[in-house]
Amino acid sequence: MSEGHSTYTPKTGIERWFDARLPLPRLVYDSFIAYPVPRNLNYAWTFGGILAIMLASQIITGIVLAMHYAADTTLAFDSVEKIMRDVNSGWLLRYLHATGASFFFMAVYVHIFRGLYYGSYKAPRELLWILGCIIYLLMMATAFMGYVLPWGQMSFWGATVITGFFSAIPLVGEWIQQLLLGGFAVDNPTLNRFFSLHYLLPFMIAGVVILHIWALHVTGQSNPTGIEVKSKTDTVAFTPYATIKDAFGSIVFLFFFAYFVFYIPNFLMAPDNYIVANPLKTPAHIVPEWYFLPFYAILRAITFNIGPINSKLGGVICMFGAIVMLFLVPWLDTSKVRSAVYRPWYKLFFWLFVADAVLLGWLGSQPAEGSYVFMAQMATLFYFAFFLVALPVLGLIETPRRLPNSITEAVLEKNKGGGGHPAGAAASPETKG
Amino acid sequence: MKKILTSLALIGLVAAGTGAAATWAIAAEEAHNAAAPTHFPIDEPKEISWSFAGPFGTYDKAQLQRGLKVYKEVCSACHSMNLVAFRTLSDLGYSDAQIKSLSAGYTIHDGPNDAGDMFDRPGKPSDYFPPPFPNEQAAASANGGAAPPDMSLLAKARGVERGFPQFVFDIFTQYAAGGPDYIHSLLTGYDQTPPAGMVIPEGTHYNPYFVSGVSLKMPKPLSDGQVTYDDGSPQTVDQYARDVSAFLMWAAEPHMEDRKKTGFRVLVFLLLFGALVYLTKRKVWEGVAH
Amino acid sequence: MSATDTQDPNRRDFLYVATGMAAVVGAGAFAWPFIDQMRPDASTLALASVEVDVASLTPGMSLIVKWRGKPVVVRNRTEQEMKDGEAVKLTDLKDPIARNANLPADAPATDANRTTPGKEAWMVMVQVCTHLGCIPLGQEGDFGGWFCPCHGSQYDTAGRIRKGPAPENMAVPVFKFISDTKILIG
Repeated sequence: MSEGHSTYTPKTGIERWFDARLPLPRLVYDSFIAYPVPRNLNYAWTFGGILAIMLASQIITGIVLAMHYAADTTLAFDSVEKIMRDVNSGWLLRYLHATGASFFFMAVYVHIFRGLYYGSYKAPRELLWILGCIIYLLMMATAFMGYVLPWGQMSFWGATVITGFFSAIPLVGEWIQQLLLGGFAVDNPTLNRFFSLHYLLPFMIAGVVILHIWALHVTGQSNPTGIEVKSKTDTVAFTPYATIKDAFGSIVFLFFFAYFVFYIPNFLMAPDNYIVANPLKTPAHIVPEWYFLPFYAILRAITFNIGPINSKLGGVICMFGAIVMLFLVPWLDTSKVRSAVYRPWYKLFFWLFVADAVLLGWLGSQPAEGSYVFMAQMATLFYFAFFLVALPVLGLIETPRRLPNSITEAVLEKNKGGGGHPAGAAASPETKG
Repeated sequence: MKKILTSLALIGLVAAGTGAAATWAIAAEEAHNAAAPTHFPIDEPKEISWSFAGPFGTYDKAQLQRGLKVYKEVCSACHSMNLVAFRTLSDLGYSDAQIKSLSAGYTIHDGPNDAGDMFDRPGKPSDYFPPPFPNEQAAASANGGAAPPDMSLLAKARGVERGFPQFVFDIFTQYAAGGPDYIHSLLTGYDQTPPAGMVIPEGTHYNPYFVSGVSLKMPKPLSDGQVTYDDGSPQTVDQYARDVSAFLMWAAEPHMEDRKKTGFRVLVFLLLFGALVYLTKRKVWEGVAH
Repeated sequence: MSATDTQDPNRRDFLYVATGMAAVVGAGAFAWPFIDQMRPDASTLALASVEVDVASLTPGMSLIVKWRGKPVVVRNRTEQEMKDGEAVKLTDLKDPIARNANLPADAPATDANRTTPGKEAWMVMVQVCTHLGCIPLGQEGDFGGWFCPCHGSQYDTAGRIRKGPAPENMAVPVFKFISDTKILIG
C-alpha cells in the first residue's frame, strides 16, 4: 500500500527480524502513522473512519447473532425473538445490528455527498470513487438480504417486491426471478440463500474497502480546497493528527447511534416486521427501509410506457440508472476545478440535489397516488438532470472563484481572516473545521 | 461551518415547505368524505402518558399485574401469547412460588410419553402461555374467518404512521408508544355511531381508531366492572385498556428498563470520553494551522 | 507542523493517559455483551431442573432422564448391589472423593455418601464417563456397575471408578426426594 519511499526504520532487533521477513509493521507504519494527509481536512473527512467502525461493528454483531439465528421459515421469526428475550444481551446485539445498518447508510450518504461536494471523484481518483460505488452497491444488497432474515411481513413482502424487479427484464425475467428465489415465490430456499449471502457479502465489502483504501493511499486524500498537495508543509502525519480527529468525529457519531439504539430502537423499523411473514396477506403499505426510499420513489414515478418499454421495466431501468449515474460522475463533470467551495453555481445545484434526494426519500414513504406521483416524476427528472445536464454544462459555462496557490496558502488566508497568526503559530479555536 | 449550517437550514426549509405544500394539496384533493374515508385510521390514536415513556421510564408493576389479569380473564379467550414464558412474569413483581402456582393453573399439551401418547399436564414456569386454539385454522374458523393475532408482539407490531413533521419531533421526545397508544384507543373506541351513510360490513364493528378499515371483526371486548381489581384501581374500560396496553408493551419489550439504564451509562461514558478526546485533539493540533 | 512543547508536559501527559484509559474501559465494556451472549440463555436455564416419577421402579430397575442435555440414571439398586458397594474399602478406590454435589467437596466416597440419607438404595448419577464423556453401559464389567465401551473404564455398583483411564467417580447431581416417588434433579 505504500507508494514511493518508506520512512519506517525498525528500532529493535525483533522489528528488524520481522521487517526482513514480513514487512507488516512497515506497511502499518507507512499507511496509518507516517502517511501524509492534507492539513486542512474538515470533519466531513472523518466519515471514512466512521464507516470502517460501522462495518466492523456490523460484522461482529452479525457473527454473534448468527450463533443464535435459525434460517428456516418455521424458526426464523421465533429465533430472532429468542435473541430479543432470552439470549444474554441479545436485545442489545440485535438492536445494534438493526439500527447499525441504518447508521451505516447515514454515514455512507454523508461520505458520498462529501465526495460530490468537494469533487473527490475527479482525476486521478476515478477508480477510488468507483470502488466506493461498488461498496455502496454491495451494502445495498447486504442490507436488503439482511432485512429478509427476521421473516416478518416487511421482510417477506420486501423480498417479493425487490425480486419482482427482475421479472421486468424481457424474455428471461421470469427465469431469473425463479433462479433468485429458488421457487415460484419467496420461501425457505430464498431465506436460506439470503442468509448465506448476507453472511458472505460483508467480507466482500471488507475486501473492496481494502482496495478502496489502497487506491486512496496511492493518490492521497483530496481536501476542501481541491488543490493537490504540493509540498510537505501542506500535510501532517496521519497519526496523531488525523487519528485523533477521526476518533473525535467517531465518538460524536456513536453518541447519536447509541441514542437510537437505547432509546428509540424501533424508530427506523416498520411495525409490520413484528408480524410473522404471511404469504397470503400483503400489508396495507409496503415501504422499504429509509435508505432505499429515494430509489423506491424513482421506481414508482415511471407510470407511463416509454415507446416499447413498458412502465414496469421503465421504472426498474430508471432505478438502476439512478445508481449507474454515480459510477459515471467522474466523466460527467467537465469542470477543471474540483471543490464546490470555488464553484458558486455548482454549489447551488449541489444543495438542490441534496434537497431533491431528501424529497425523493419522503415521496418514497408516501402512497403512490394523487399529486405525489407528479412530484416524484419531477424530482426524478431533476435527479437525472443534475447528473446528465448540470454536471457537464456547469463545468463549461461556470466561472470559478480564484483558487489559492496551495493548501498552505489557503489555510493561512483563512486564519488571517479569523485571527491573523503567522505561519506555524497556534491556530485559534474558531478555525477548527 | 457557519455556511454549512446555513445551507442545511435552507434545505430544511425547502424540504419542509414542499412537504407541507404537498400534504395540503393532497388533503384538498381528497375533499374529505366522512361516509367513505380512504385513509385509516379515521381518528389518530390518543397519546397517553405512560410510566415507561422517556429516557428514565420504567414499567409500573402494579399496572402490569392488572394488565395480566385483564389478559387472562378477557383477551386470552381468543388471543394467544406464544412468545411469553411464565418464568418471565417475575418482571411483574411475582415471586417464584406465585409464578409456580400461576403456571400450574394452565394445562399444557405435552408428549409423547413413553407409550407414544400425547398428554395434558399442569404448566411449569418454563412453559409458555398456551394458545386458546390448537392452530391458526381453528382460530380463524371460530372467529368468523379472521384469526385473532398473537399478542406477544402486538405493542410493537401496531402503530399509526406519524407523518411529517411529527416523526422528526419523535426523535427528541423519544416517542415509542405508538403501539400501546393505538391499542388503548382501539379498545376504548367502540360504541361510537358511524357517520351517516357509512356502510359497515355485516359481522364487523365500527371503530374510528382501527388502522385498516372502518370496522373490525373483534366485538367490543371490555365493559365496565368486567374484571375485578384488588388494588382499588377504577374498574372502567379506560383503565382496563391502559393496563392491558402497558402489559402488552412489557410482553413485546421485556428488556426495556435494562435497555434504557444501559443506554444512560453508555451516553454518559461517550460524553466524557468525547470530551477527553476533544481536549487531546486540541492539544495535538495546537500550533498547526488548519 | 511541529507541535509546540511549551505546555506543561505533566498536564499534557495526564490528558493522554486519561484518554487512553477511557478508551480501554470503553473497549472492555463494549466487548462484554459479545462474551455474555455465549452463556446459556434464559430459556436454557429455566429447564435446569427436572422432576422424575420413580414409582414404577422396583429393585434392579433403572430409568434414564435427560437433564441439562445429559443422561441421568436413576437406579433402584438390589440388596446385593448395595452390599457390594458397602463392602469396598476406601483405600481400594482410585478416587476416594464422593463427587456428590449434595455433600461437601471433600466428603469420602463411601457407598452412603454416593446416595442420599434414608434412600441408600437409590443411585442418582450423571451417567457420563469422567474420562472423555462417553455414556457407560449399566450393569456390566468386572464390578457389576457400569462399563464404558469407549476406553474400557469400569465403575462399581455405586458408580465409583475402579479400573481404566477415567480419573473420577461419576458425578452425583443436586437432587432430592420431594415425595417417596418423586425426585427433583437440579
